[in-house]
Amino acid sequence: MQNATSSPPVMSWLPIAPDFRASLRAALDTRATADRLQSLASLAGHRLGFLETIQLDRALAQLSLKEAPGFAPVRLAVLASSTVDHLLPAIRVAGLRRRLLIDAHHGAYGQYRQDLLDRTSSVHKFAPETVLFALTAREAIAGIPLNASTAEVDQAIAKFIGDLRSLWREARGAFNSSIIQQTFMDVTEPLFGGYDRLVPGAPSRIVARLNDRLCEAAAQDGVLLLDVARASERDGIDAWFDTGRWLQGKLEVAPPAAPKYGDLLARILAAQRGLSKKCLVLDLDNTLWGGVIGDDGIDGIVLGEGSAVGEAHLALQSYAKQLKERGVILAVCSKNDPRIAAAVFDEHPEMLLKRSDFAAFVANWNDKAENLKTIATKLNIGIESLVFVDDNPAERARIRQSLPMIGVPELPEDTAQYVRCLADACYFESVGYTSEDQQRAQQYTENAEREALLQSAQSMDEFLCGLKMSVVSGPFTAVDHVRIVQLINKTNQFNTTTRRYTSEEIAQLTNMPSALTLQFRLLDRIGDNGLVSTMILRPASDHDDVLEIENWVMSCRVFGRQLEFEAMNIAVEAGRQRGVKMFMADYIATPKNDVISSLYPNLGFSAVESVPSSNAVQRWLLNLDDYVMHDTHIVRAGAAG
Amino acid sequence: MTAQDILAVLTRILRDLLLNDSIVLTMESRREDIPGWDSFNYINFIVAVEIEYGVKFKVADIESFANVGAIVTEIANLKS
Repeated sequence: MQNATSSPPVMSWLPIAPDFRASLRAALDTRATADRLQSLASLAGHRLGFLETIQLDRALAQLSLKEAPGFAPVRLAVLASSTVDHLLPAIRVAGLRRRLLIDAHHGAYGQYRQDLLDRTSSVHKFAPETVLFALTAREAIAGIPLNASTAEVDQAIAKFIGDLRSLWREARGAFNSSIIQQTFMDVTEPLFGGYDRLVPGAPSRIVARLNDRLCEAAAQDGVLLLDVARASERDGIDAWFDTGRWLQGKLEVAPPAAPKYGDLLARILAAQRGLSKKCLVLDLDNTLWGGVIGDDGIDGIVLGEGSAVGEAHLALQSYAKQLKERGVILAVCSKNDPRIAAAVFDEHPEMLLKRSDFAAFVANWNDKAENLKTIATKLNIGIESLVFVDDNPAERARIRQSLPMIGVPELPEDTAQYVRCLADACYFESVGYTSEDQQRAQQYTENAEREALLQSAQSMDEFLCGLKMSVVSGPFTAVDHVRIVQLINKTNQFNTTTRRYTSEEIAQLTNMPSALTLQFRLLDRIGDNGLVSTMILRPASDHDDVLEIENWVMSCRVFGRQLEFEAMNIAVEAGRQRGVKMFMADYIATPKNDVISSLYPNLGFSAVESVPSSNAVQRWLLNLDDYVMHDTHIVRAGAAG
Repeated sequence: MTAQDILAVLTRILRDLLLNDSIVLTMESRREDIPGWDSFNYINFIVAVEIEYGVKFKVADIESFANVGAIVTEIANLKS
């Protein structure tokens, strides 16, 4: 007779590796480090179980890389009250999946408080960029008697959360790091049965309360959550917690759940670095509706009430619509006659999505890889920001092969599971939800109007003049904080240095008198483009009258509107007011920011002859006395903040 | 499923786990015979075996398996 077993959480959206053992060994035979890393990263994009994850991590460790071109280094410290050794391989592998090279450090289990407070501890030497607090609910539950009143429970939890917040403050103060807090998994057993939820001091009730209070505190303190509580509810607590492992080695997360745990964490780390996807591209036939519109006709396709399959397709439409409302861009990419495909949106009564919901609509008989490139270009976003949802395994394989940077969920055969698969992949993981997100769909619609205006204009000049643009500028403010952090960390194209900033660093800069921070909001007669550009200048280390443009980003939505010229006009004026003589600026080339390779010379900067450190870095200087204000079609509408 | 079949699977799992294809397991093999098979990787091994066979070992057994043969016997027992 055997114990009950539970199946490990499965990352169903990832494709199954055809022959993992052989692929891994082939990768290990690859001599060149860069090639081997690429092979390992592409293997990491597959549905790996517990054992495959460990192997891949070992193979990665053999390279002992701290950094690599095309991979973002991450220094992560895990401070835990349970054993986490078994989670680190999965964290690194999930990072590899997203082109993150994670250097993960963890202290001794249960020592997190000492590690944090003792300035000579290994954590302090490690100097993490991100600190993950992985604590169990046990400590909180232990001190609360079963017969405690609601008030007593709340008081005890408030104290526990208060302690936690002081740990967050401590970590921020010591490392200037971002903080991720793990939610509390409910591993308690029922005591009263259903009545548990009516007893304030019942363990499961305490955990629920604790998570509620944790979320409130995290929201207030700008802490991100690694939501294992939610994940274990979705997958089932037995998939995430194994009493045997807890007893054997104080493992709070069951080892088979490690790959999923790593993925949940790596998503957040990637999102912090602007690597989350931005646009959901949907196929039509057998994806948004059942059947093939070209063959079955508008009366023959399956969609909506009355059929489980029709409702499942409608559920996917509904989910896409919700994603759009939270700021994800929608697009269509379908092999279809464009007029027949479009007619479904206009004529089928059950269609929830409308043509106007899509920022790009491509239906033709061309290769989908080419069409996806077209969509990225049209939307002016990186091709790696796309997610492509298609029921056809051949199309998916084709895209994965030719455009591996695109997210392609491995849709299950059962239509009923489409939404679950897409949702579990969580391609659009966020680290903020701003008014810009809420207005994004509207802004893409407005951009279509601007596009039309551009087409009808005789010249670029006429178009820009006709837009009646104005800019609102000012220093960084607390009100715009979340958007500023988001914009800087999400922007890859117009980004002069691709330097990333934590929320904490931006808050510091906002309050630093010696720094010159600028934010720009662009308005025109069609609408408000929102906060679309930020600039960070700091005194150069060796000269008081030189400001260095440490970072300058601009949303791709407003490329070609002369905002960079007006922004520089504003920056120069602000510099002159401070008595600054010169701006210094680095352009650090990346695979994604070629669009601004001539930015500084176009603005009137001169190149510095001696190249500082590498060919990828160009240093530029601007003498403010010589600067001639650029003529633009943008007027100043006032100061922000 | 013979004992030898199970032994072959366990050998593959341990080779994968330690990324070492030269490992040879026999029924008599003990942890200390295999370089790198420490207590951490013992639990990893047990977990991988449990996933492979869809079984769950009793904690008492995990603590007391004398050698690989004992694990093979228990798997055969759980699968019967």
